[in-house]
Formats: sequence, structure tokens, C-alpha cells
Amino acid sequence: MAKTLYDKLWDSHVVRQEEDGTCLLYIDRHLMHEVTSPQAFEGLRLAGRKAWRNTSIVAVPDHNTPTNNWDRDIEDPISKTQVDTLDANIKEFGSLIYFPFKHKNQGIIHVIAPENGATLPGMTVVCGDSHTATHGAFGALAHGIGTSEVEHVLATQTLVQKKSKAMLVKVEGALGAGVTAKDVALAIIGKIGTAGGTGYCIEFAGSAIRGLSMEGRMTVCNLAIEAGARAGIIGVDQITIDYLEGREHAPKGEQWNQAVEYWKTLHTEEGAAFDAVVEMNAAEIEPQVTWGTSPEQVLAVGGNVPNPANEADPVKRAGIERALQYMGLQADMPITDIQIDKVFIGSCTNSRIEDMRAAAVVAKGKKVAANVKLALVVPGSGIVKRQAEAEGLDKIFIEAGFEWREPGCSMCLAMNADRLSPGERCASTSNRNFEGRQGPGGRTHLVSPAMAAAAAIAGHFVDIRQA
Amino acid sequence: MKAFTRLNGLVCPIDRANVDTDAIIPKQFLKSIKRSGFGPYLFDEWRYADFGEPGMDCTNRPKRPEFALNQARYQGAQVLLARDNFGCGSSREHAPWAIEDYGFRVMIAPSFADIFFSNSYKNAILPIVASAEIVDRLFKECEATEGYKLDVDLEAQTVTTPSGFSFSFDITPHRKHCLLNGLDDIGLTLVHAEQIKAFEAKHKAQQPWLFA
Ligand code: SF4
Repeated sequence: MAKTLYDKLWDSHVVRQEEDGTCLLYIDRHLMHEVTSPQAFEGLRLAGRKAWRNTSIVAVPDHNTPTNNWDRDIEDPISKTQVDTLDANIKEFGSLIYFPFKHKNQGIIHVIAPENGATLPGMTVVCGDSHTATHGAFGALAHGIGTSEVEHVLATQTLVQKKSKAMLVKVEGALGAGVTAKDVALAIIGKIGTAGGTGYCIEFAGSAIRGLSMEGRMTVCNLAIEAGARAGIIGVDQITIDYLEGREHAPKGEQWNQAVEYWKTLHTEEGAAFDAVVEMNAAEIEPQVTWGTSPEQVLAVGGNVPNPANEADPVKRAGIERALQYMGLQADMPITDIQIDKVFIGSCTNSRIEDMRAAAVVAKGKKVAANVKLALVVPGSGIVKRQAEAEGLDKIFIEAGFEWREPGCSMCLAMNADRLSPGERCASTSNRNFEGRQGPGGRTHLVSPAMAAAAAIAGHFVDIRQA
Repeated sequence: MKAFTRLNGLVCPIDRANVDTDAIIPKQFLKSIKRSGFGPYLFDEWRYADFGEPGMDCTNRPKRPEFALNQARYQGAQVLLARDNFGCGSSREHAPWAIEDYGFRVMIAPSFADIFFSNSYKNAILPIVASAEIVDRLFKECEATEGYKLDVDLEAQTVTTPSGFSFSFDITPHRKHCLLNGLDDIGLTLVHAEQIKAFEAKHKAQQPWLFA
């Protein structure tokens, strides 16, 4: 029977299978950050266990780390304790890669693993973080796990899992000018809903996906979790292989050739069956803006905020009403009339070099609007930051009135000092517009980097195609 | 891990779809390096009128009276009744830690987010998926009847309402076994350590670059 990519990745990692289908899955790469790991290491220590294979571990503090004033260290004592705890745990248990706070390559875990060649095709990748789906862009089976599972992987190098169903999301055709991977992903979530992918591993395919760079593919897979899917994957092609060649932890020499030969088999075979198929026409996808408090509450930039009166389902109607109230929006108002207070360009969704470039193109020679109190650009890693600076992007941003910061998660979840105040409205390139996500009472609109930069300049949302 | 066999528990309704783990336990509480003590901050932003900080004593904080957890009739609830896609968003296990620490042992919803669903089992909480019709019925009955309790029997895989209406639910034999006996996965997995080592050796021979 013809196999899907998911079948291949799954089958090649099953250590044993129980009668009810529960499997023990071998884990190749274990990514870690400071927030979801301390209790797992503590559990290991209490049980007197060691890490099964510490060279599978890639770790970095990213959630709590400040993005400015690094000379002042981490000022919040509770954040500092968490980061210090990761330092101590890695020292005790070991790792393949560890970039402590202020290391030149420090950054968001989902940015640093790929750029150092630590995410490879054919791997199983886990992290105590839901956006682990990002690494599926490399034809790897990658998903987020809870802290108990982090401990389980540390102790056994395996995960107890049942195979998910397989969904194919096929996006065919050419994307219009100004339409990015972020818009594709948001449009998919808008179509299938935030629970549409629950219980599935989503494979993204079609000419529009194949046409994306690795950065774009990572953006798409990153958002698989916002569609409810634990994992999103994309088959390996030449773009994947070219991205990896020469990266620090990618194989070298004869092993490289051997690896590439194997990686080229990592795609879905002709005629393989999926449990669900969703097809989208790339040409119909427009720049997207979320208006509510769930990523599925999303519209094309030319749209109007929905009117709850038009919704028949009472649970959904109540959801729209609550979202409008929280977001401080009027039913039927045009998206482009929404004024913003802050802008955040960053996060594991959109903080790679391509994202920096896309935002810089829009910002070049312009000024951030007077009503925008803060426009932050936070590169995803030290490597991205240096590359952007080598290209002069930092100067473009600073001249336009943006702040150019040190790498980290930053205002994506506001665990450090970067956050919204109650009622403040933000154009953000991150992945979650939940209530309070960017600070209590804060209002988040998810957009692409170019759309965020354009909103910063105009002071309200604008259609990037007309900006 | 605590065992779970049977429970006759008071029900508390959370009548919203897509309740995310940021709402269940806001991020400022994720700075803790412990596993316990999250119960007082469960649903912090919906439950209290002020801004919660880790370590805060919650007894005298201003409460939002309209939120279910603050209502007298739901005090001591052990069964959480929810809507679609409960527990979506961040993978933080702090969410089930907070739910368990508060005292809930069972959750019933038409659907749960995947990661949250498996995290719950690891913390001796039983998540039960029921049809939207059944969940709707439970919401209505719960609202109409003060002191509404459900009887949850894991061995029989059934839930029974006060009026005697009963429905069954699915659970994998592996999860059922672990919950009934209070077993944690790591010990069970390490029974197969030799098999894991054998797999690892074969895997390394085939893809040596994964072990570089
Ligand atoms: S950037 Fe945001 S979503 Fe990504 S890992 Fe950091 S906090 Fe999580």
C-alpha cells in the first residue's frame, strides 16, 4: 500500500506496539526551554534517573529572557530563577547544544534548532512547547508534549503515543503579490477552524507550499497547532536539502550523501490515502488579519468585522459577542479602520531572516505613525540578528522608529518585560490572539511581518498590496 | 500518580468554546519551577478582578461573582463540564496541574485539544469526550439543578446522571490501566529498556548522522 510521509516517519520510529495500537515511539531530538523543563528534571532527580541520551538534547532559555538592557541581566527574580534552573539542569544532565542567556547564538528554540542543523529530515522531534510543529517543515515528525512527557523522553528516549489520523491540506497555484506563508496558514485556520486538525497530523502540500522557502514552510507548520493539529509536515525536496547543507550539526562528507539519499524518500507516495483532504486555491488567499480572540477568527484585510446577529449557532454567536467586547471592536467595521497602539514583529512564527527582510522593505524610508507607542522588532536568534545587521536592516528599522531588540520570545507571550497594557491593541506577527496573551487585557491582531510593518507606518491596518 | 476508579462528584460548568490553556492558567504562573500550588490561580483572569501574581495569597482578592468557580453552588466541584476544543493553545502542563490542584478529577466536553488531553491523563484527571447533544443536556440539567452530581465509573466506562440517564465513553486500555492503578508511564516503559536499546542500535546503524 502506498504510504504517506506520516506513515513513513511513524513506522521508522516504532519501538513496540501494544494491542490497542498504543506505541512506544523513539525520539531522535529533544528540544528544551526553561519554562516546561524544570519539573521534568526534578522528577528525574527524585527518581535517581539519568538522561537516556543527553546528546539528543538541544536547549536554550528564550521565554523569560529580556530583549534589551542585557548588561542589567535578568531583573525579575522569578524569571531569573527559572533560567538559572535550566543552566544547572543542563550542567547536571548534559546536552548536545546549549546556548545560555547572552550566548551569541541564543534565541527562540524553534529558530535555533533548524538554523544550527539540529533539526533534520526523518527525525522525531519533541519539545515541551506546542509550536514544535515548526520542525515538520523539514519532513520531520515534530510535536509538542507536556512536562510529564518531557520527563518520560529524558528517562526513556521514547514517547507513549497513538498514531493520529492523516490530513492533507493542499494549496495549489501561485500566491498573489504581498501574500505570504503567514497568510496561507491563517487562511487555512480560518477555513478548518482551531479544532479542525484535532486528532490529525497535517501534511501541507501543493505547488504553493512547494514554492515556499524553508522559512515560509516553518511558518506554515508552526501554525499547524493553531488548527488543532499536534504536528504539521512537509515533504523533503531540494529546497530542504539546500537549506541544510553546511549547517553546523548537519551531516558532513560521506554521511551527508547517505543522508540525502534517504531524505529524498521522505514524501508521500502517489495514491496514498488520507483520512481527510482540504484543498485551497492559492490565488484566492488574501492578506489576513485576525479580529477576535482565537486564530480562527480571521478575515481578509478587505473584510468587515463580523456581526453576531448574522450567526445562527448560539454558542458561536456568544463567542463572537465576547470576542468583540474583549477586542473593543464594533460589528461590521472595516478591518482597515482598526487603529493600533503597538506593533510586534517576532516570535517563532515570524522572526527569521526572511521575515525581517519583508518588514524592512515596507519600513524603508518611512516613519512609524504618531499613534503607535511602540514598534518592536525582535529577531529570532543571534544568527538572524547578525545576518540582518550585516544587511543593514537594523538601521532601516531604527530610522523608521522601530526598536531593534535582542532575540527571544518577547511579546509573543509577554513573560518578560515586553507586553501590552490593558486595552492596548497590537499588530503582531506571533501566533496567538488569546485573551491576555500579550499582557492582561491586551488586544492582539495576528498578521504577516509586511502587514505588521505597514500597520506601524499607517497607524491602522492597511492592505499591503496598496501600501 | 493517584489512582482513579469511581467518583460521584459535583459538576461545575464552564460554558465557553475554545477555552485555551492561557485562560486556564495565565503565563505569569509558569515561572514556578514546582508542580503544585496552581489551584488557587486556576482561571485567574476570569476568576479575580485584580491581576494575579505568583505566590499571591488569594483569600482576600476581589472575585468576579459571575464566574462559576466563585459561586457557592459549585464549591467543592470535582467534575468540570466544558465545551468544544477545551484546553487548546499552549502545551503547558501547568493547566492540568492547576485543574487537579483545584480538585477536579473528571472533565467532560465534546472535544479536547490533543496535547492537553494527554497531559490530563498523566495527572490522574479523566477527560471524557461526549457527544455535543449529551454535553448540551448536561449543561441544561446542571444549570437547572443545584447540587448536580455525576457518577463516573472508569471500570465500566460510564457516566450516570442523577435521573439515571447513563452514557458510556471511550478510553484506550493502556490509559485505563494506568489510571485505575495509579501507574506512571516511565516505570512501565523502562520494563522495555532492552527493546529500546535494540531499536536504538538498529536505528543508529541505518541513520548514523542522527547520533553524531
Ligand atoms: S515565540 Fe511564542 S509561541 Fe514561539 S516558543 Fe516563544 S512563546 Fe512559544
